[in-house]
Amino acid sequence: MNAPIIRIRGVSRTYDRSDAARPALAGIDLEVRAGEALAVLGRSGSGKSTLLNLIAGLDRPSEGRVEVDGVAVHELGEAALAEYRRTRIGMVFQFFNLLDDLNVLDNVLLPAQLAGMRREQARARAEELLERLGVARHARAFPGRLSGGERQRVAVARALMNRPPLLLADEPTGALDTASAADVRDLLRGLNEEGQTILLVTHDTALAEACARRTIELLDGRLVRDTADVPSPEAVR
Amino acid sequence: MSALSKVVRAGVGRKRVQTLVMVLTTMMSVTACILATGLLVAAQGPYQRSFTAQHGAHLNVLYDPAKASPAQLAATAGAPGVTASSGPYPALTVQAHAGTDTKVPPPGSPLPPMTLVGRAQDGPMDGLRITTGRWVAGPGEVVFLDGHSPLAVGDSMQFPDLPGKPVLKVVGLASSVSWSADGWIAPEQVAGLTAPGTVPAAQYLYRFAHAGTDAEVTADRAALAAAVPGGALARVTSYRPAQEAANRTASTFVPFVTAFGVLGLAMSVLIIGVVVSGAVGAATRRIGILKALGFTPAQVARAYVGQALIPAGVGTALGVLGGNLLSVPVLGLAHKALRGGLLGIPLWVDVVVAVVALAAVAGTALVPALRAGRLRTVEALAVGRAGTGTGGAADRGRSARRGGTDGRVARGRELIGRLPVPRAFSLGLATPLNRPARSVTTAAAVALGTIGVTLSVGLTLSLGAFQDGLTAGRSDQVLVEVPFDGSTPVDHVDEAAVAKAIEARPGVRAWYSSAPSTAVPAGSTSRSQVVAFSGDTSRSGYQLVSGRWFQGPGEIVVGATFLRANQAKVGDTIALTDHGRSVPTKITGEILATDDMVFVDRATLAPLGNTVHTEASSFHIDLTPGTDAHAYADALDEAVSPMGLTAEPGGQHISIVMLAMNTLAVTLTVLLSVVAGLGVLNTVLLDTRERVHDLGVLKALGMSPRQTVGMVLTSVCGSGLVAGLIGVPLGILVHHAVMPAMARAAGVGVPEADLTVFDLSVVGPLILGGLVLALLGAALPATWAARTRTVTALRTE
Repeated sequence: MNAPIIRIRGVSRTYDRSDAARPALAGIDLEVRAGEALAVLGRSGSGKSTLLNLIAGLDRPSEGRVEVDGVAVHELGEAALAEYRRTRIGMVFQFFNLLDDLNVLDNVLLPAQLAGMRREQARARAEELLERLGVARHARAFPGRLSGGERQRVAVARALMNRPPLLLADEPTGALDTASAADVRDLLRGLNEEGQTILLVTHDTALAEACARRTIELLDGRLVRDTADVPSPEAVR
Repeated sequence: MSALSKVVRAGVGRKRVQTLVMVLTTMMSVTACILATGLLVAAQGPYQRSFTAQHGAHLNVLYDPAKASPAQLAATAGAPGVTASSGPYPALTVQAHAGTDTKVPPPGSPLPPMTLVGRAQDGPMDGLRITTGRWVAGPGEVVFLDGHSPLAVGDSMQFPDLPGKPVLKVVGLASSVSWSADGWIAPEQVAGLTAPGTVPAAQYLYRFAHAGTDAEVTADRAALAAAVPGGALARVTSYRPAQEAANRTASTFVPFVTAFGVLGLAMSVLIIGVVVSGAVGAATRRIGILKALGFTPAQVARAYVGQALIPAGVGTALGVLGGNLLSVPVLGLAHKALRGGLLGIPLWVDVVVAVVALAAVAGTALVPALRAGRLRTVEALAVGRAGTGTGGAADRGRSARRGGTDGRVARGRELIGRLPVPRAFSLGLATPLNRPARSVTTAAAVALGTIGVTLSVGLTLSLGAFQDGLTAGRSDQVLVEVPFDGSTPVDHVDEAAVAKAIEARPGVRAWYSSAPSTAVPAGSTSRSQVVAFSGDTSRSGYQLVSGRWFQGPGEIVVGATFLRANQAKVGDTIALTDHGRSVPTKITGEILATDDMVFVDRATLAPLGNTVHTEASSFHIDLTPGTDAHAYADALDEAVSPMGLTAEPGGQHISIVMLAMNTLAVTLTVLLSVVAGLGVLNTVLLDTRERVHDLGVLKALGMSPRQTVGMVLTSVCGSGLVAGLIGVPLGILVHHAVMPAMARAAGVGVPEADLTVFDLSVVGPLILGGLVLALLGAALPATWAARTRTVTALRTE
């Protein structure tokens, strides 16, 4: 069995510091192993995005520990967090978050350029990813010219640019039409089958079923279900 | 409270940083404008203003009481043309010595002869205004004419030759627009300072119905002379020279204050325009919400003009206050330099500047507010969500507009992206392409600031060089001269012995002697001051406006006043005359001098024989580098003091006018620079706020705080450099126009060397100054951007 790539212990996140405040996350313990595809389900306000933000180092827990790929994310300063985000994770957002004033190739190149990768090496990697994700013909186009599905493919290419051990996806099909959503679903499943660890936050149960071998569900900031705890049919037999 | 008011108040309160920037920008702009306008007003007829305010006198007359009775003197009040008079005041011409407590001049040293008048501070004429210290409380105290005091307040002076050896303490300095005395004492002090066997003169001050020209003043004087017995007029002083000097000085202020005023006004309008239109532009989505709620376009426009006017109003009020507070020291200095003028900002200046500033704000807010008001609600609502849409047609169009269907912008971005610099920097360098108009306006404001800084630096250097030229005869490293109290007759200076003493000590590079004299140019009725030189004058420091220095007997260099008075020009031949003898001379150059000066080789005056004085009274010594001027002067002083001479290190002399000009230039430059910096701050703030979501994305992709700061700072580098490259040459052009205009106003020409002060060591830092100004303005938003939490930025629409 692979070693855990995400290890979360007793994590809580409270935005309002008053005693009566309801925590966005409360006492979460979670482990995700390398190569796993985990879907985080839950209603709006359940704490899904907060969990993702904590793992991505975009936010800090009020309590508890968040370790990713051996890095204690909750202890990192801003500069170290930037380094962490550059090297350990790739992020895919619901609304793509591509920079409109950069063309597709430049958008994909960004993480490598921020990490200081050599120009030729970065370009080769970006072209390889665009080719692999089927958007190479749009390399010189600006994001505004692409369909939603194409934009999300570009966003995935950008997320994979620095070969991160962990891919985080926040409602990756949430802004897409049905066909594009299916397209992105297939893409993520393919990536996981190639060994990419994926943690995705979604409302889309179809996406979760198609891509994730394990799902957890949050309700009011608490982990209420984890399919890893349910014995598999094989185990029951 | 109406819905409109609530919207306005909420808008002001919500955007605190932007509101603060607007307050600060309008405040600094209004402060600069008030100060510049106040100075321009102060420079308009300052003497006449003070003359009226202080009830100045056209003529100041000292009568010999032995030759006219008190009744006869009192009757002069009814002389033809006299409209007001005051007196008699007892007046003494005294020879005092520094007290035992002075530092400069040394204790006990003789002071120049001075006229002291016993009178009260106020009177029907020539009201005296205390500028330092206080008025005399009784005997034992003296108040000196400000700017002409030989001693500092607190020092004392003594009269060892008078019975009882009286001592006076300097308790204050006062300004007198009529310049009616060197100092004032209590009337009861006069008797104690009157030498045995003499009587004090009687001072009367007069104002006349007609005294606007020299001819009228001469006629007025004649009327007084006719009213008293012959010889009773001991001394008559006209207000005209003081008036002309003050007006000439005031005129020199006008060109550079005007230049700074125009720069300040243009910059203020630009910056206010950027700030206000940026504020309204940034609120477009909010405007969409208001329209969706039922606000009419007119209500929207009113709301946003009001939203701009509230911080602008606060800033204007603070600016008026700041301008008036800052004007106290600045106008005080100008008042000293101009010998009059304003000491405070007139109310109408406050009102006009405030109204113009608020009108500029309202005008610049109205255009984008009306545009926003007319915007279709759905479009307004969609603004700020570009790039987060779902890929629909509207979103694509909007993204495409931002993203660069504009081929040139896209190409520009690609080119910048290929620069061999870190990606964070190339992203920053491309930022101005997002809002080219705003970037150009901000660059223009920084360029104006750079022009101001360049002009200020140039003026400081030029005025310094100019002052050096004017005081060349006093700024040599060591100066040997006859003490100014006249205790040693110049006829007794043994020039050969002095020369021997000078050359006997090591370290002398060159030296020359000068002899002051006078002569009458042929065809003229007035005497010109003549300085006859002997020795090596190559290092004298005198500056030529045109032509060349004299090379031997028969050649002279003269000041502009001489050329004007004699309608001569360089190259002309003119005879110098004295007591029936004359010597032809050729004018080989125009020297920088404010007075009617002629500089000659001493041998030139030989044909005039003994009619003119040509004995040297000053010896000017230039030392080799590394020689200690103080040690040399001390050693030489020991040798020349037995001859009745003193040897002292020379020094730089800074006049109050130059000091005032430099202070004003620096003050206005600082204000302009702050306004330019605020403009940059606002632009970067707007850019950063508008792109905060992109900033969040970049941070999510791994942009470090240092990279974020680098990106934001480099976003202004291009504008700063371009502003420097444009602003510095323009600043030099303005300097080259302003400096000669100032010199013309002073009645002199500008030596080329005083104008060409911008060498590479000056221009280089000045060009970088635009960049520094821009970086300083961007520093705060850069820090803010680096500190912005990624998750917050990502949530921002």
